[in-house]
This record gives sequence, C-alpha cells and structure tokens, in this order.
Amino acid sequence: MALTIGVPREVQPGEKRVATVPEVVAKLVKQGFRVAVEAGAGDAAQISDDAYRAAGAEVVAARAALWSQADIVFKVRAPDSTEIGLLREGGTLVSFIWPAQNPDLLQALAAKKATVLAMDSVPRISRAQKLDALSSMANIAGYRAVIEAAHHFGRFFTGSITAAGKVPPAKVFVIGAGVAGLAAIGTATGLGAIVRANDTRPEVADQVKSMGGEFVFVDYQEEGSGVGGYAKVMSEGFQKAQRETFAQQAKDVDIIITTALIPGKPAPRLITEEMVRSMKQGSVIVDMAAEQGGNCELTVPGEVVVRHGVTIIGYADLPSRLAKQASTLYATNLLRLVEDMVKTKSIDNDAVNVDMNDEVLRGTTVIDKGQVTWPPPPPKLSAAPPAAAKAAGAVAPPKAHGHGKPSGAMPPAKAAFVFGVGALLFLLIGAYAPHSFLGHFTVFVLACFVGYMVVWNVTPALHTPLMSVTNAVSSIIAIGALVQIAPDLTQISADLTRPNEWIRWLSVAAIVLATINMFGGFAVTRRMLEMFRK
Amino acid sequence: MSISLSTVFYLGATILFVLCLGGLSNPETSRRGNLYGMVGMAVAVLATVFGPHVTAGGLPYIVAAMVVGAAIGLYAARVVKMTQMPELVALMHSLVGLAAMLVGYANFIDPAVSAKLTPAERAIHEIEMYLGVLIGAVTFSGSVIAFGKLSGRISGKPMLLPGRHWINLAGLVLVVWFGYRFVAAHGVAEGMVPMIVMTVVALLFGVHMVMAIGGADMPVVVSMLNSYSGWAAAATGFMLSNDLLIVVGALVGSSGAILSYIMCAAMNRNFISVIAGGFGTDSGAPAAAGGGAGEPAGEVVPISAAETAELLREAKSVIVVPGYGMAVAQAQHTVYEITKVLRERGVAVRFGIHPVAGRMPGHMNVLLAEAKVPYDIVFEMDELNADFPDTDVAIVIGANDIVNPAAQEDPGSPIAGMPVLEVWKAKTSIVMKRSMASGYAGVDNPLFYKDNNRMLFGDAKKMLDEVLAALRS
Repeated sequence: MALTIGVPREVQPGEKRVATVPEVVAKLVKQGFRVAVEAGAGDAAQISDDAYRAAGAEVVAARAALWSQADIVFKVRAPDSTEIGLLREGGTLVSFIWPAQNPDLLQALAAKKATVLAMDSVPRISRAQKLDALSSMANIAGYRAVIEAAHHFGRFFTGSITAAGKVPPAKVFVIGAGVAGLAAIGTATGLGAIVRANDTRPEVADQVKSMGGEFVFVDYQEEGSGVGGYAKVMSEGFQKAQRETFAQQAKDVDIIITTALIPGKPAPRLITEEMVRSMKQGSVIVDMAAEQGGNCELTVPGEVVVRHGVTIIGYADLPSRLAKQASTLYATNLLRLVEDMVKTKSIDNDAVNVDMNDEVLRGTTVIDKGQVTWPPPPPKLSAAPPAAAKAAGAVAPPKAHGHGKPSGAMPPAKAAFVFGVGALLFLLIGAYAPHSFLGHFTVFVLACFVGYMVVWNVTPALHTPLMSVTNAVSSIIAIGALVQIAPDLTQISADLTRPNEWIRWLSVAAIVLATINMFGGFAVTRRMLEMFRK
Repeated sequence: MSISLSTVFYLGATILFVLCLGGLSNPETSRRGNLYGMVGMAVAVLATVFGPHVTAGGLPYIVAAMVVGAAIGLYAARVVKMTQMPELVALMHSLVGLAAMLVGYANFIDPAVSAKLTPAERAIHEIEMYLGVLIGAVTFSGSVIAFGKLSGRISGKPMLLPGRHWINLAGLVLVVWFGYRFVAAHGVAEGMVPMIVMTVVALLFGVHMVMAIGGADMPVVVSMLNSYSGWAAAATGFMLSNDLLIVVGALVGSSGAILSYIMCAAMNRNFISVIAGGFGTDSGAPAAAGGGAGEPAGEVVPISAAETAELLREAKSVIVVPGYGMAVAQAQHTVYEITKVLRERGVAVRFGIHPVAGRMPGHMNVLLAEAKVPYDIVFEMDELNADFPDTDVAIVIGANDIVNPAAQEDPGSPIAGMPVLEVWKAKTSIVMKRSMASGYAGVDNPLFYKDNNRMLFGDAKKMLDEVLAALRS
C-alpha cells in the first residue's frame, strides 16, 4: 500500500494558500504516493477540486476522514489545537512551525508521537535552496509589498514628462536586503522608482546593485552577518548611526519598505514616530515585519492605518495575498523535500524514518517520532571557515615579525615530562662528565637558547638570507683547522710521533673549503640584502 | 697574543654573530647584520691566527689557503643567479660538512691532543671527534645530493628503496657499534678502521636520506642541512675545546632547526615524516585518496593573455601568488613590470607568499626582491588570507599545492590541513600553468574546476610577457 499524503484546507482566517497544487499532485502520484485533498482546499487560491481530481488526487469531503487516512500531512500554517487533535498518532506533518516562537505547539505535537518537518527550519545551505520555503514566500512578500505600496500611493512610480506636466519618480527606501528586500527592490525598480536600500550586512551591497538599487551605507564599522547568512543584533553605536541614516532617508523618500528580521527575536524598531512625522504627506510605509512586532513604531499588525498623513501597511499575510503563486511555489518546495526524503530512504517501505545524518533533513526535522530534535546543530558550512581559520592561526599566529613562536604554553603534563627528561639528562651528565667538559656544555646549551630566541625574530621574507648568512657563519669551522695547522710543537713531549705533514695538508684543505664558504656566503648574502628595498 | 686576549676577542666575535642574526629580523637592519657577521668572522680568524695556537711557520699555508678560498668564494657569489640560490646554499653546506670531516680527521691523527687527558676526558674527546666526523659526513653527502636535486642534475622524484627504514636503522646500529669500538681502541692505528667504516656509512646515509625526499620537501631538507652544518661546527668546537666554535655552531644549528620547524608547520607535516621521505607515494593515486567527495568535478575554463590583461585592468585589487614555476620561468621581472603598470593605474597589487613556495625558505621573497618589488607590498599567507574575498583578481603563477582548496575541504586529501592561500575566495582567480599536471604532492587541484577560476596555459614568462604587452597597448 502506498503512503497517503493528505492536504487539508487551511483553517486560519484569511489564509488563502494551500499546501499543494495540481501540477505537484501529478508528480507525487507518479512517485507512487496517494494524494488526498480536502474538498474546497484550493478554493481561496483559485484552484478547483476538479483540477485536483484531474491531476490524480482524491478529493475527500470529511475533514476527520482526511486527517485519519493521511500518513503525511502537508500544511501551510502551523496546526491549531483542533488539527493537532485530528493528527494521527505517530503521523508525519510538514508545515511552517516556527519552533522558537511556539514551544507549546512543539510539546503538543511531540505528545502525539508525530514526526514533524518544519519548512521554516530548512538549513540555509546551497543544497537546500530548492526546498527553502521561507525564501520563496519572502520573494512573493517582497513583490506584494511594493504592489500594496503602489496601491496606496497616490502617484506614479515612474517619472515622466507629460503634456499635463512633469511627474517626478517615486523614491523607495528598502530596509533589509534579504530575499524579500531584494524582491521588493527588483519590483520597485521594475515599476520605475528610484530605489535605495540598506542592510547591516555590507556584503549584500553588490546584490542590491545587481537588482538595480543603490546601497546606502551607514557610516559605522561593524560586521552584521550572523550564522547562516541571517542578520544579527547590532551594537548601540551602530544603531544610533543607523537611525540617523534612516531619519535622513525618511525626509527624502516617498515609500519605505522594511523587512528587518532577526531570527527568534522581536523585529528591531527602526522607524520612529519622529521619522514618520518627517515624511511627506501621502507617503507609504510597508512594514513586512509586522507579525514580529513591526519595524515601525506605529505599525498595527494586520491592518492599514494612516498616521501623520502616512499610510502604514502592517499586513502579515502578504504571501497569502498572492495565493495561487504562493501555493505553487510552496507546493514545489514540498515536492523537493519529498524527493529528498525518498532519495535518502527517509520514506521507504511505506514508512517514514527520517535520515538524521542528512544535513538538510536533520535541520528541517523538529520532532522525530515524538522526540523534539529542535534546535539542530549549527549548519556545517557556515561554521567551517572560522574553525579552519582558527586551525591555521594555531600553526602560525600573527605577530609583529611574521611567524610567531609555537603558540601558547605546553600542556602541563607534557611540560612536566619534558622538564623531567631534561633534568634526568643533566643529572647524568653532571654525575659522569669531567669538569672541563661541563664548561663547554654550559656554553653550548646557552648558545642554543640564544639562537632560538634570536632566530624566531627573523622575518620570513629574509629566510633565504638567514640561511646563507648562517652558512657563512658556520665557516667558523676554519678556526678548527687554523689551530691545528702549525701548533707550538715544542710543548709536545718528544716521545710522541706527530704526522705533521698529514695534519697540515688536511688543515689546508679544510681552510680552503671553509674560506670559500666564508667569503662566498657573506658576499652572496650582501648581494641579496642589497635587493631588499622599499 | 695571550690566551686571555684571544678569548676576549672570541667573546667579541660571538656577540657580533648574535647581532648578525638579530639584524635579520627586519630588512632595514639586515645589511648591518651582515656587516656584523663579516666583522665578527674577521675578528675570530685574526685572533686565531695571531693567537697562541698558531706559530709563524703556519702563516704561509694559511694565507695561501685563504686567498684561494676567498677567490673561489667571491667568484661564485658574483656569478650565481638568484634563481640558483637554493643550489648554491646546498653546495656551500656540503663544504662546511667536508671541512668538519677533515678537521675531525686531522685532530684524530694528532696524538698530542689526547696525550695529557684523563681516561674520562679521553673518552669524551673521542666521542666528540667521532660525532664531529659523523655529522660532517652526513652533511657533506646529503648536501651534495640536495645540490644535485635542486640543480636538476638528479631527478627530484623521491628514490624509495625497499625497506629503506630498515637500511637507515641498520646504518645507525653499525655507527653505534663502531663508535663503541672506536672509543675502546688504543692509539690511532687501532681506531682508524672504525673511523673509516663509520665515515663511509655516514656518507651513504646522507645520500640515501636526501634521495628519498621529494622535490616539494626541499625547503625542509635545505634548512635541515643548514642545521647540521651548525651542529658539525659545534661538535668540532667540543673536540677542540673551543667555545667560539661551540657557540657559533649552536647558533647556526638552532637557526636551521627552527627554519625546518617553520617549513614543516607550513606544510602541516611533522619533521619525522618529511625525513622519512616519500611524500605522495604512501597515499596512493590522488583520486583514490579523496574518494567520491575528493574527485574534482566540473569544467576547466581557459583564458587568453589578452583577456587576463582585461581582467587585471578592470580590477581594483589584485593579489599575485608566485610559486616555483615563476622561478623556473625566470618570470619575476615581468611580474614586476606588470605590477608597475597596474600600480600606475591605481590598482592595488600585493604579493602573497606561502612559507614553502619555491625550493628553500624565503625563496620567493629573494626573487621578488631581485626584481625590485618593494618588500612592503609582499605579504605572508596569514596577513593576506582574510583579504581574498575583497580581492578582484588573484593570479597564481606556477604554484599548485599551496593554493589547493582540497587542503581545507577534503579531509581525505594527502595535503589535508596544510595551510594554503585561499585564492579561490577572490572574485576571479587565474592560474598560470604549463599543463593540467598535478603539483609535487601529486594531488589533483579542485581549484582549477571552480566556477570563478580561469586557466592561462603556457610558459609563465611567455604568457606574462603577452599580458604585459596587452596591458600597455
């Protein structure tokens, strides 16, 4: 028996989207699934029951029947308490969940031993882009925000010169250049407006430009990228500079579209009442963060209000206002998810066993068979570069002169071992070696230390000269030959026969070799160092 | 000159040598550092020649020998090309090793030296002598082979004899055994056989050790031999009870050791594995190492010299990453010409130097300095790596392993964990290469297949000349 995918009608008031569309139904059926759609599920999105039937879905009139037969339920909005009651014990649910904001919901679903995949928790990595429902919804919302603004704005967007007079172009300021912001920029430029945008993440400046917008920099140095490409909370100093920038823009522009969201936090308050008052009469603000409290102080979530002559749009259901488009994209995202699950054998043998080793599925799954698995470990890709940088830093931490010393102190156990062995060695030498040797030994050990200290300071650029100069210096070995070539023979007792000739010629040879080195080494070092110039 | 006076001169020379190494901490003070070294050497030699150990009878020999040596040395220093610097340094190491050997033998056949020693002192003296000759011999033969490899007279490929570790071990056992015999022997005649056998074994060991090391590990080998030549001098110092030799030997020895350490760290390898040799052969074929994930996939996009010039002209910031290929093609002057043209146009050009680029530590710096590239636009890997994402064009000239992203991305790669220059993070990277062959490590380079990478095939010098011509037109 094939697994049944159930698609109920959305119950939230005003929600017009539906979790699947006929095109996707056909593909799911082809994959071997049975698809059951609640009667009237697609009505609000202008999709008739007949269209579903034609694509191979079964249209079920009774709500309870649909929920009870579905192995996997596709939904848009998170389920309400009635729907949780309808969900089959041990069933699988795929929808938006917002686990951070809805801990109770998570507990209730876990109590049903359900497996829940949250479309809002898809990890932001390249491979998961095809099932990133947040992006596809944000894209629609950004488009719709501009359309809503245009609807409430009493003028053209495009500047033109007509027989009836000159029309100045509308100026649009977009705050937050995420997917929604970029979509808004693109749509507004498409309508002919002059678009400016700002984001706390300076690296998106190029993306803004690519959409035809102009990036407005806040004159303050701080990097605003958080984990997974989302924004993070900024410092007080930055926020002050940012407010000043926004206040300036507010005086100048006709339309402000705010999209600033920080994951799991209330939306930052960016547009003050003061700024609204400074705007021109008839201006429009679209607050796309209304659901999370709004970026504008005067936003009323879900409503359009006029304050100080400025229309403030606080719709929280922008994607739903483009229901057919949103449903199509969302349904495709779900299809990709199902394909991934089939590929990783998460759906196999008519059962759902999510492969928790798959990075994408692991991140998306918030409850696995009644076990809450949210939050997931941080995404690998975003975490890897800083870790790698740290590893590289450990090898050679930056220092005034190039290379650092071997970083940090040794672990105590290792240090103790090294010192123990050293002490033992010294004891042995002290116990057996004659005094005359120890003098030289002292000199030797200290010289090693001096060499160690001095050489770590050498800049890496001069490593070759260092080698050639140490090489030249090591021709000090000539001294060993010099002292042997013609010593004071009178002090040697007469009964020893010394092979004078042999020693002399060996020494002469050694002196020649060492002198080649001595002169050659210093000369070549000099030649090299002459070249190093600013 | 009394003993005390010459000791004081030695002390002065020692201080000068320390200052000499200290001066190299900075290019500005380095010339003075070299001068300190020369003065120190002159003081040391004069104090010895006119000191208590040399009688007037030796002077003619000394002067003659030094004149000959100086003439050869100065001539060599004058004619050597900067690209041949690694060979020259290796060759000079061998001279120190040979000199240490000869001094050791001279000391050994002189019965007067040990006549007045107590038995314990005598044993120590013999060990010192034995070690001095041993280290000298290894340095000598090892450096000769390194010279051969660096100058291309011997293949750069590692020569791997079956059971090579056992051969080395057997050599060591042999050396220790004959060392014991040597110390136990009475008189020169009896000690001669162990001494000669040891010398032969040490020479063979030096040859075998360096033969087994691949071309990419040469920076480590050269600095290691540098270190050995120092230890040889120190051992000779012990033998002759000469503190100056001991101090200088120790300075040079520790300097070389630190350089070897830095080079190993730059390749993320430990010293033993480099010395044991045979890099790239243990891990089998390059593709097998990484498995499915390591197999670079995608297309290689070639680019012409004219297009390269176009990219450079439009860039705001450029980073040049030179490698051994630049040295081989002698392209450093053209590189600087291009740099000059670009800088005149307001393009920020910088050079990124990987610690093991080239065949000896600091090789690239010397070449760029020769081409008169100002050293304040030449940066180390760590200083530049963070800047690649803001860089428009990164040009890799004849380098491969040091820019291989597999070191970071593919844990199965033989070079995994080696710090590399992250050129692939630049908006565009251009790799100049003669062909698609892999680098010395024998590892395929996924960089070549990246979307933002372009390949400029051909001889580096010729291609750069074309780029320069296109830039000027």
